[in-house]
Amino acid sequence: MGTSVLLNIEGLSIAFGGVVALSNVDLDVSSGALISIIGPNGAGKTTLFNCICGLYHADSGMIRFSGASLAGLKPDAIARRGIARTFQNIELFLRMTVLENLLLGRHLHFRAGFAAASLGAPHWRREEIRHREVAEQILDFLDLQAVRDRRVGDLSLGRQRMVELGRALATEPALLLLDEPSSGMTAEEKEDLVFRIRDIRDEMNATIILVEHDLKLVMGISDWIAVLDHGVKIAQGSPEQIQMHPDVIKAYLGEPTEGGADARTRGTAT
Amino acid sequence: MELKERYEEDLFLVRGALAWTALLTLCAGLFLLPYVARNYVLFTLSLVAVNAVIAVGLNLLVGYTGQISLGHAGFVAIGAYTAGLVMAKLPWPEAAAAWGLSWLAALAAAGLVAAIFGFLVGLPALRLTGPYLTIATLGFGIAVHQVLTNWDRLSGGRTGLFLPKLFFGPWRLEERPLYYVTILVAGLLIWVASNLVRSHVGRAFVAIRDSDIAAAVTGVNLTAYKTLAFAVSAAYAGIGGAMLAFILRYLEPQLFTLFESIYYLSMIVIGGLGTVPGSVLGAAVLTVLPQQLAGLKEWLPIVYGAAIMFMMAVEPRGLYGRWVKIRLWFKTWPF
Ligand SMILES: Nc1ncnc2c1ncn2[C@@H]1O[C@H](COP(=O)(O)OP(=O)(O)OP(=O)(O)O)[C@@H](O)[C@H]1O
Ligand SMILES: [Mg+2]
Repeated sequence: MGTSVLLNIEGLSIAFGGVVALSNVDLDVSSGALISIIGPNGAGKTTLFNCICGLYHADSGMIRFSGASLAGLKPDAIARRGIARTFQNIELFLRMTVLENLLLGRHLHFRAGFAAASLGAPHWRREEIRHREVAEQILDFLDLQAVRDRRVGDLSLGRQRMVELGRALATEPALLLLDEPSSGMTAEEKEDLVFRIRDIRDEMNATIILVEHDLKLVMGISDWIAVLDHGVKIAQGSPEQIQMHPDVIKAYLGEPTEGGADARTRGTAT
Repeated sequence: MELKERYEEDLFLVRGALAWTALLTLCAGLFLLPYVARNYVLFTLSLVAVNAVIAVGLNLLVGYTGQISLGHAGFVAIGAYTAGLVMAKLPWPEAAAAWGLSWLAALAAAGLVAAIFGFLVGLPALRLTGPYLTIATLGFGIAVHQVLTNWDRLSGGRTGLFLPKLFFGPWRLEERPLYYVTILVAGLLIWVASNLVRSHVGRAFVAIRDSDIAAAVTGVNLTAYKTLAFAVSAAYAGIGGAMLAFILRYLEPQLFTLFESIYYLSMIVIGGLGTVPGSVLGAAVLTVLPQQLAGLKEWLPIVYGAAIMFMMAVEPRGLYGRWVKIRLWFKTWPF
């Protein structure tokens, strides 16, 4: 356990008009890993997530998940296979309550059909209660009980990000993609987030890929890091290796500097 | 265990003694009404039931799923004419018609045929969004009206389509019995819709409305749910149309124009988008009001248009939303 490859990406390329967003990207993530993808603005990080979860279809290349190709699958089918994500710009169901948002995460686990739901059949009812229990556990886990019945649109940005994380967790994903989960969070909320991410990996056995601009957070939490720049993977390695890597420093600072400048200095740029 | 009970309670459609009392009083009132009220009142309430069914269905599509339909009168027409043709043109044996099989079959067929058309109109909805989809549904509504106007053999042309009398065993379904049938069917369909919207299916509808990208990546099959919303909504419209045919016993294409589509849309905007009780409330108001304003018939489109704009500006959650606020205010009152 722990060494098998969960996500295998080979030669992934995608361009929008003239803009090459991803160019021949390879990535292997073994199950149970917690890794990060970093890179300057427009490097292609979000595009990579969009390809994995089926929102974009790559021009060429291959994505395999648990050994099976994801080519041609719709986002909902990919979600069913165990991939969940959050969005850089937060995509919540704003007019629903926090609980309802989490229940949406349970949607793909419902077995009862349309007829059972429209008649309020007993087996639908039992299932609904079971899913509500799971949602409540996640509310507890993410400390969201206090806002359980609040409309998501009325919450702070930090809280909204937590709700989005909760909704992704509710699907019980094998692979969790987090797109800049800490942006818009206070220092305190960020600290909290780091805890939760570790817990998710350790207790829920999820493999996690993190896209994050806060390099301090990334360096502290990741097993290893991949760096994208202009759609090309320019480096991959442990946090220490990445901080020393000349190409990474160049990508972040624009030009080589003497004395091995720390990539952290640009850490909070968005 | 205590928590478990709370979840169970969350699933009840009617909660609390007050709500139950109100509901039972309403049911008793509707049941006893025919013994005291004049036929004109029963006729009006039957129309309210018909419009409530159509409005609830439309709200599932527009208020919940966020797909605006400007062609709903088309589905109502399809239901009405399916019912009319099934009753008038199929060779029903005397006994079957006497026992009400003909109109029961007509009701079911109307829902089914309209649902099929709803599914078909829903297909472009997978590609079209916003105003483009609205224009497509508008086109559908106009097309149905045109086909009915020009296809004499189907619609009876200028003379219209007459329906035979409805029977149910010893009863001839007019006034009082017909009133019971429409109220019963409406009650049943409102109950079904209420179940639907608090289930995972209803949540998926709302998810599509609020963010279809997020809905898709959390596992909602957009194709299935968008077409489902159209089919269910159209089925409600079709059944409403069939009941309208039963009440009027006479159909002509002029009953199903763009104006009617706007009329149905006004009901849910005024009653409250995305609420089942709001749809019923809006249907009731917009059925009774025009009767009271009979002298202003030409002005009705303007009245509806103004009412929609007023509601959008002042109370986007409709009359029902306003009522919920007032109730909340009283609950928390002296504090
Ligand atoms: N749907 C699209 N249409 C056109 N161009 C796109 C689209 N999606 C991404 N791009 C382009 O692809 C490139 C990579 O964008 P992407 O959003 O993946 O970057 P990113 O690494 O997530 O950046 P950021 O750190 O700003 O979030 C950008 O140049 C962007 O403009
Ligand atoms: Mg991005």
